[in-house]
Parts: sequence; C-alpha cells; structure tokens
Amino acid sequence: MQELINRAKELLADGTVARVLGWKAGDLPFNPEPAYFEKEEDFADFVYDGFCGANLSKYMIEASKLEGKTLVCLKPCDTYSFRQLMKEHRVDREKAYIIGVGCRGKLDVNKIRDMGIKGIESVQGAEIEEEGDTLTFQTIYGEKTCSYADAMLERCHVCKGKEHMIYDELIGESKETKDADRFAEVEKIEAMSPEERFAYFQKELSKCIRCNACRNVCPACSCRKCVFDSTKFDSAQKANVNSFEEKMFHIIRAFHVAGRCTDCGECSRVCPQGIPLHLFNRKFIKDIDELYGEYQAGADDEERGPLTSYSMDDAEPGIVAERG
Amino acid sequence: MQRIGVFVCHCGTNIAATVDVKKVVEMALAEPGVVHAEDYQYMCSEVGQEKIQNAIREKNLGGVVVCSCSPRMHETTFRNAAQKAGLNPYMVEIANIREHCSWIHKNMEEATEKAVILMRAAVAKVNLNTPLKPGESRVTKRALVIGGGIAGIQTALDIAEAGYPVDIVEKTPSIGGRMSQLDKTFPTLDCSSCILTPKMVDASAHPNITLYTYSEVEKVTGFVGDFTVDIRKKARSVDMSKCTGCGVCQEKCPSRKIPNEFNRGLNNRTAIYTPFAQAIPNVPVIDRENCIKFKTGKCGVCSKVCQAGAIDYEQKDEIITEKYGAIVVATGFDMIKLDNYDEYAYSQSKDVITSLELERIMNAAGPTNGHLERLSDGKAPKEIVFIQCVGSRCADNRGKSYCSKICCMYTAKHAMLIRDKYPDVNVTVFYIDVRTPGKNFDEFYRRAVEEYGVNYIKGQVGKVIPQPNGKLLVQGADLLDNKQILKEADMVVLAAAIEPNPDAKKIATMLTASIDTNNFLTEAHAKLRPVESPTAGIFLSGVCQGPKDIPETVSQAGAAAVKAIGLLAKDKLLTNPCTAHSDELLCNGCSQCANVCPYGAITYEDRQVNDHGIREVRRIAVVNDALCQGCGACTVTCPSGAMDLQGFSNRQILAEVDAICL
Amino acid sequence: MSIEAKEEFRPKIVAFCCNWCSYAGADLAGSSRLSYPADVKIIRVPCSCRVNPMFILRAFERGADGVIMCGCHPGDCHYTSGNYYARRRMTLLFSMLDFIGVENGRTRVEWVSAAEGARFSATMHEFVDKIRSLGKNVRLEDLRCRN
Repeated sequence: MQELINRAKELLADGTVARVLGWKAGDLPFNPEPAYFEKEEDFADFVYDGFCGANLSKYMIEASKLEGKTLVCLKPCDTYSFRQLMKEHRVDREKAYIIGVGCRGKLDVNKIRDMGIKGIESVQGAEIEEEGDTLTFQTIYGEKTCSYADAMLERCHVCKGKEHMIYDELIGESKETKDADRFAEVEKIEAMSPEERFAYFQKELSKCIRCNACRNVCPACSCRKCVFDSTKFDSAQKANVNSFEEKMFHIIRAFHVAGRCTDCGECSRVCPQGIPLHLFNRKFIKDIDELYGEYQAGADDEERGPLTSYSMDDAEPGIVAERG
Repeated sequence: MQRIGVFVCHCGTNIAATVDVKKVVEMALAEPGVVHAEDYQYMCSEVGQEKIQNAIREKNLGGVVVCSCSPRMHETTFRNAAQKAGLNPYMVEIANIREHCSWIHKNMEEATEKAVILMRAAVAKVNLNTPLKPGESRVTKRALVIGGGIAGIQTALDIAEAGYPVDIVEKTPSIGGRMSQLDKTFPTLDCSSCILTPKMVDASAHPNITLYTYSEVEKVTGFVGDFTVDIRKKARSVDMSKCTGCGVCQEKCPSRKIPNEFNRGLNNRTAIYTPFAQAIPNVPVIDRENCIKFKTGKCGVCSKVCQAGAIDYEQKDEIITEKYGAIVVATGFDMIKLDNYDEYAYSQSKDVITSLELERIMNAAGPTNGHLERLSDGKAPKEIVFIQCVGSRCADNRGKSYCSKICCMYTAKHAMLIRDKYPDVNVTVFYIDVRTPGKNFDEFYRRAVEEYGVNYIKGQVGKVIPQPNGKLLVQGADLLDNKQILKEADMVVLAAAIEPNPDAKKIATMLTASIDTNNFLTEAHAKLRPVESPTAGIFLSGVCQGPKDIPETVSQAGAAAVKAIGLLAKDKLLTNPCTAHSDELLCNGCSQCANVCPYGAITYEDRQVNDHGIREVRRIAVVNDALCQGCGACTVTCPSGAMDLQGFSNRQILAEVDAICL
Repeated sequence: MSIEAKEEFRPKIVAFCCNWCSYAGADLAGSSRLSYPADVKIIRVPCSCRVNPMFILRAFERGADGVIMCGCHPGDCHYTSGNYYARRRMTLLFSMLDFIGVENGRTRVEWVSAAEGARFSATMHEFVDKIRSLGKNVRLEDLRCRN
C-alpha cells in the first residue's frame, strides 16, 4: 500500500495527474469508501486493503469530465468494467491514469458477521501485502480469528483472473482465488421446480426496499437518467405495494446490462438486504455463453455485444421451454 | 388530453353483422377524452369521410379513431380525409375491428366486447399521438430490372419506351431466360425463339436500356426513389468491345465435355461458349472452372484463333455502383430437383426426362437436333407416358403445395406436337385434374384429345420401373375405371413442379422484400396490388411472384413497368415520418443504437446541452430522418429510453397494452 | 363446493405483430375467415425488434395471462435484421422469466409471414389452449391493477 501511496504522490507532484481516485478509511475498520485525493496531506487516511471491494471504474464517468487526468486504482476485475465503459464512450481513456493494483480477494463483512465475529474494533491480516491466510479481529467480545478465504466475497471465489485488462502501470501482486464454479449457484436454481424458483425469488425480492444501491454502484447501469426515474415508460417509481415492482425492476435492470455486465458483483456486495442480485446477471451471462458463444464484457474492444449482434442460426426463443 | 372522435364503420354487414356497432359507439363516448362518436355504414365512402371531416371541424377534434377494416386497407384514406379537414394526418389511428374481429368471431357478444377493447386501445394510443410531418426525398430517374427473361425484357422495354433509363442485370451470359429454352408455345404453337428474339434484339438496341449480362446484384442499400446497387460484372474473359461473335473460339476449344446448361445437361458444350445461337450479347464467356488455361496455365487456343484479339485471360470481376429510383424483380423460375421422386426412376433411366428436357429434345437446336429419340439408345420411341403434377399440389412435404399452373397446357402441347409429327407414337397422359383456364386453352386441350387422340387417364402413377429390355414399366391407376394400369413405355416425361429461382431468396433479402414459404415474392395486396412488393419501390414481374404462363407474365411485366414509371415520373417522394428520435437529455452516447441500426442512420455528435442548469458537452445520438426507416431496433437497445419511435412510442404502445389488459 | 356454475376462464392475451408480415398474416386470417379465440388482442408494431421487454412485463403486470410476439421469418425481415435482434432479446427475456419461476408457456415467439393466415390462426388457437391450461397468471400480476 505504501508503494501505491508513494507512486500516487509522485504522479500528483509532477503534474501527471490532477487527483487520485482511491479508497479512504471509514469510521469502522471494514468500511473504507471511494474518495478523491488531491493534496499530499489527504493521503493520511488513504487505504487499500481486503475491504476495498468498491469498483472505482464508474466514478471515472464523472472524473472524465474534470480538468486534468485522474489516477484511478483498479483491481483486475474493475478493469473489465473500465474497458466496457470505454467501448460505450462513457469514460475517456485520455483522462485516466490507471494503476492496476494487486488483489488477493476482497472480504465480505457479512460473512464475517455470520461467523459470529461481531463488534469488530480492528482487523489484522486484511492488508494487501499480507501473505497469511488468517484474519485476526479485536472485538468488544475479545480476539477472534477466521480464515481469509472463508471471509471472501462470493465473487472472489469465482474470480475472472489476475490479469488487468487495461492499465498504465501495475503495483502489487495478485493472488489466484478462484475455487468455485461461476455458474454453480445459477445451476442450482435452474434445477429447482418452477414453483420452488418462484418461491425462492419471491422471498429474496420481497426484501428489496428499492434503495437503488445496486443501480447506483453498477458500472453498466450508468444511464444519465434511469428509465425507472423517467416519464418515457410511465415506469417512474411507485410505492412498494407488492412484489411485482421489484421483479420488473430487477429483470429490466439485468436486461439492460445484459451483454454489458462484467459480473463485477458490486450489486450483491452493496445490497443492504443481502439479495443475491448477481444471480440475475449471471443467469444472462450463462445463457449468452451457452447460446451465442462465450462472451466476457470488457475483455476486448469489440463494440458489438451479444445483444447488438446476431447470427442467422441463433436458437429460437422456444428453446427456453424445450430445455425445461 | 386530446379531444377525440371515434367513428365506427359497419362495412355493410361485414362488421355490423357480428359487432354491435351502436354498443361500440356508446362505450366510446364513455372513454376519457372522447367528445364525439358515431357509426356509419361505410366510413370509407365519401359521405363517411365527410362525417369525419365535419366532426373534426365542428367539435374541434385533436385526434380521430376509426374502427373499421385493417389499417393496411384504409389508414391512408382516413388520414387524407382528416388532413383535408385541417387535422394532422398522423392524429388518426385505426382500430381493426374487421379482419381482427368481426370476420373471425361468430358470437356477437364476444366480438363486440373485443371491438370495444380494440377501440379503447386505439383511443389510448391516439391520446399520445403527436402531429408528424413527412420529409421529402428525391427520386433517381433510373430503374433496375433483375433478371433478363421475358418478364425482365418486357418490363425494361416498357420503362425504356416511357423515356427512363433502365438496366437489366442477368446472371447468365445471355438474356432470354426460360422462354429461350422452349421450342413452341401454347396455345398457338408459335415458335418460342421466333417471338422472343425480336424482343431480345429490341432490348439490346434500345438507347435507354443497358444490359449487364453475366452479372449479379451484390448489394442493395437505400430506399424507394434512392436505391444504391452494386452490380458484380463477372469476368467474361472476352473483351465485349472487340469480339465479333464469329464463334471460331468455340469451334476450336479443346475442353468439350462440360454439361450444357442450356440443353439441361443433355449434351456438352465447350469451356468458351455462348449459351445458344441467338444469344444476346453474342459474345462468349470463358467458364473458368472448366477452362484448361485457367486450370493448368497451358492451352490458350481461343486466344490464338481469335482474329479480333478479344480474349482476355486477365479480365477481373468489375463492381458497378449505380443509383436507381425503382427496382423490378424478374428472377423467374427453375424446375424442382427430383431427388424426392425416385419412384419415377429419373435418376435411373435416361429415358425418364422432365418436360423442359423434352422441350430441348424437340428443338432443332437441341441435343438431338429436334428428333424425338430415346437418350439411352437413340431409338425412336413408340410409347410415351406423361406424368402430371410431379411435385405440384403435393399434400406432404416432398414437393410443393401449389399448382405449377403451366404443366397441363404444355403437356397438351407436347402431346399434340408429338402426335402431329409422329402419328405412330402413342401418347398417354396421367393426370390428377386437367386445368385449362385461359383464353383458347380448353379448346387447345380438347384438340389434343379429340383431334390428336392423346390418351388422358385420370390417375396417378405409383412407380416407373426400368426393364431389362430397356423399356419402362409404368404402374398407374385409372381412377375413373377404378383399375390398375401397367404400361410399357419407351419414354416417360415428368411434368416437374416449378419453383422460384434459387437466387430469389437472396435477392428478396437484399431488397428487404418479403417472400412466402415457397420463396415466391409476396405482393403488397393479393388482389389490388399484385405487382408491387410491400417494400416501397420494389415491383414484381413474372414467375418470381407466382407460377404463370407467358401471356400472364408479359401482362404482369407491363403492369410492373407502369408502376415503376409512375414512381419515376415523380420528382419528390414524401418520407415516412415515423422515425426514431433521441432525447439529448437522456442519451448516454453509448453507441449501442448505432450498432443495431440496419441503415446506418445513427451518428454521434458532441453537442452542448443544458440539462436542468448543467451545461456540458455530451456525445449524443443523432438520427438521420432520410435514412431511418422506423423499425425501432434502436429503441429497445437504448437502456435509458432516450431513443424513441415517433408514431410507435414507448408510451403509446404501453397505453395500448394497458387498455387491452384492463 | 360452490353450487354456482364455474365461470369459464377467459385469458387475456396480448399479441405483438410486426406490420409487414404477422399483422398482414392476421389480416389474411381475417379475410379468409379463419377464426381464433377473441381472447387474443393484437398490437401493431413496425417490427418485432420494436418490442421492448418492458412492454411484455407491463402486460403481465396489468394482468395479461399470455404474451405472444410474431414477426417475419428469420431472413425475411422487412428491415433486414430486426427479427434477429428480437430473437436474441426474447430468448434471454423468456429464459429469465422461466428462471424466476414464471411458467414458460406464457410467453411465445412465432414467425408468421403475410401469406400464412392459416398459420396465424392455428398458432393463436394453440397458444390460447396453452394459456387456458396454465390458468390465470398469478406470478407476475400487480394486484393493484386488478379491477
């Protein structure tokens, strides 16, 4: 982390960049938040550790409009989002100085809590340079430990890889964290009966409070004005009366990002209700891979995605019923 | 909210017999925004239109809903009527309560209920309509005819005579088409080439006609009045400006074993060839796939013997790009392949032939110099059996469901000609029905039976079995006498079904013209617009639209020409105002819409916008109205809803959905 | 057990038809007097690619029991490629609806040309039968919209 800070300060000092987009420590040890750093002294609370899950690429949409370059710290998975946004002309490559930062998996505080570790006052072992696999927590109930891997976000268990898709320079090592099948969860649901699937999603989506956190954090869901806030479809938000609104919102949201979603998993990370929202996106990705050939948004510069291209012998929609 | 008028048409009893029109009027008056509703016997009549116009004026209507027949029938009528009364024509919506309601439902209560719902949907939509103004586009005063058979030639001649330049693109080395392969024509027994050749000469000599033979249409862009077409002029390997058509090259060409397409492969041709004697242009082409020079690099005989120095082995395909206002499709037909009809032994015996092959055999320039003989042993046949409807009127999927229309008549012709020239030959025809609707057609058929003694048997043939003695055993049924028939024949002639030229589908796709399940091009209206494609500016000539004989083809060719001339005579066309538009405040500039636009109508510009006080330069999608055809692909790709389609906006369609589901 | 006669289930079915092929096919079904149940109500769109998933979800929200989209046969689109895009969009949307447990028979895409009046009628018969067998749509309906 120190190397990153030193390099950032250097680039600020020599005028290469006008600001640095990174993470600053929050009020608790596990909730750092995205922040701009413009002066040397700002770096006092700069942090980059296992809790810095936030994907900073979306912030570059606004940063692209600012004067001068912005240094942005992107983890390997974040670079897919950045590159996808580049294709869509939403971020300006010229305005970004990308430091590809190393990553050894990001932590999920909810999982830590679920392991009974609550009242956390400080954490050891979450530092980015740390080699060990144990997290040690000082809590108001005393010291507690758990394995780093057990506390990782779901998305890190199905990590897309250590490679950065785009960068100006790299700082820090990354670690292979993939130890699960990306589509296993989707397959599990697919295997259920329609009634079970309906009950499952009814239960999950009924938790939705339409706080829009998923929408706000998603790099693909970056419309200047969301259809759910505009008059274009007579679909502006209404009070929550029943579950259909949520289904419609989440289906349409997933549909709008289908073929563009890089599967960064931010939607599920930020959902205050713990809804596994990434399942919607991953279902689309799985279908796209199966029906139209494997596709990873943000992995290349090809402008046409799976929903803006076609082939003459694509599967018919009836396939949905056929495969049961 | 608009002030809406609803007009319910009885369409005589077409609607009123199943839909309670008074009830629809009553329900319409209860709809929000509806300030006027009435019914009338024929809304499309002058009196009906006046009723609409009067209501627009008197009640100051801002929107009109006509509950009547399909908008594909009378939308334009009612729009024009509204315009005459001062209302923007795009403030009119049609509720289709005839084709989609009264004609398909029998229960009055049910039909009325549905008609009311359709009316409500139209009212909900018209409430959100906005006045639209069509743009103007220019008309390129030049026509393209695809296909150089009798249909294409006639259309081109008629257009050229009216004073417009017209280009014919023909795939083969010569114009003439199927008709040039025919020996005689029914019902007058005219010699086919004697009546066709003068037309071919006229076409090639006409100052307004340009022929592109051995050429294919490669790409079509644009729209009515302003098409841009790429024509691939395939390398002929012979310089057309130098060749004198002397034919020496063909005499000397050592590669002589190539099946002759013109004679349906019944004899051979050389690698450098003109398809037939009267070919126009009379300039040979080198079939590069079979030419020794092109295959091995050695030979060059034709070049050596050509006095004019016209042979050019280096010649390359040439792409000609030309603009056209109208395009006429005249791609014609071919016979079906007989793979599915192996019971007739076509692939097993040389003496089982198709009717078109018989035409070539009967023709003096054909493989047998016009002598009727068996292809297996050259002997004169004594017993000939014709089998009708091979692949036509087929109930299963083996052949075609339709009647090929020309077979009954040409078989009568063949039978008659054979009996006339070879009175000792017995001719038997197995048929399902004999269909002879046409001027002098039935008289012609009766002559074949009565004067020429052709033996017609109603019944189908189950099997043709080649015998060791070289004869063909025909197993058939006589349905009238209800008995099995076994007949030994020397020759069997199959009236194979005709089908659209295999290229028709490709061409239709390029032209965005619709085709039916049999690959015939679809007409805009089966009865009232039979020579126009639903795609504006595309016209249909000849068998590409459906089976027809020569007189019908020539009539249709003339009709297609008139339609094309009518278009070319205009200086400007009004464009469809139902185009896409992007809301600059909502557009993300993400380029997704441009990716799906089939017309390249969407570009991006950096534009200064004022978004509720935020002034900034944004990348915004801009739609070119002249190019946009209004499909709406972009609108669904746009996640923010910035892109919307005029006349079919998101809110309009949602309003219809809501009205239907209410 | 209720003594009243059970009212027959009359499904609400929305059919989106492209102007050039399917709407014309429906017209042909009409002029050929090839009946199909009155439960089907057609909305005319220029091309199947104009059909936004939002329209389909909205129909269900408002109580539709089935939604069918008809367009030109692949390869025959009046606008060249619209139905190819529509095909991908609808495949993914239907798959998602299936994923969240909506009966997959409630949604359907059929390609019907202007010449296929008989096919249009047969398709609608079949679809209505399917929806009747599935019964009322309860999994996607917004209860507020019920009257």
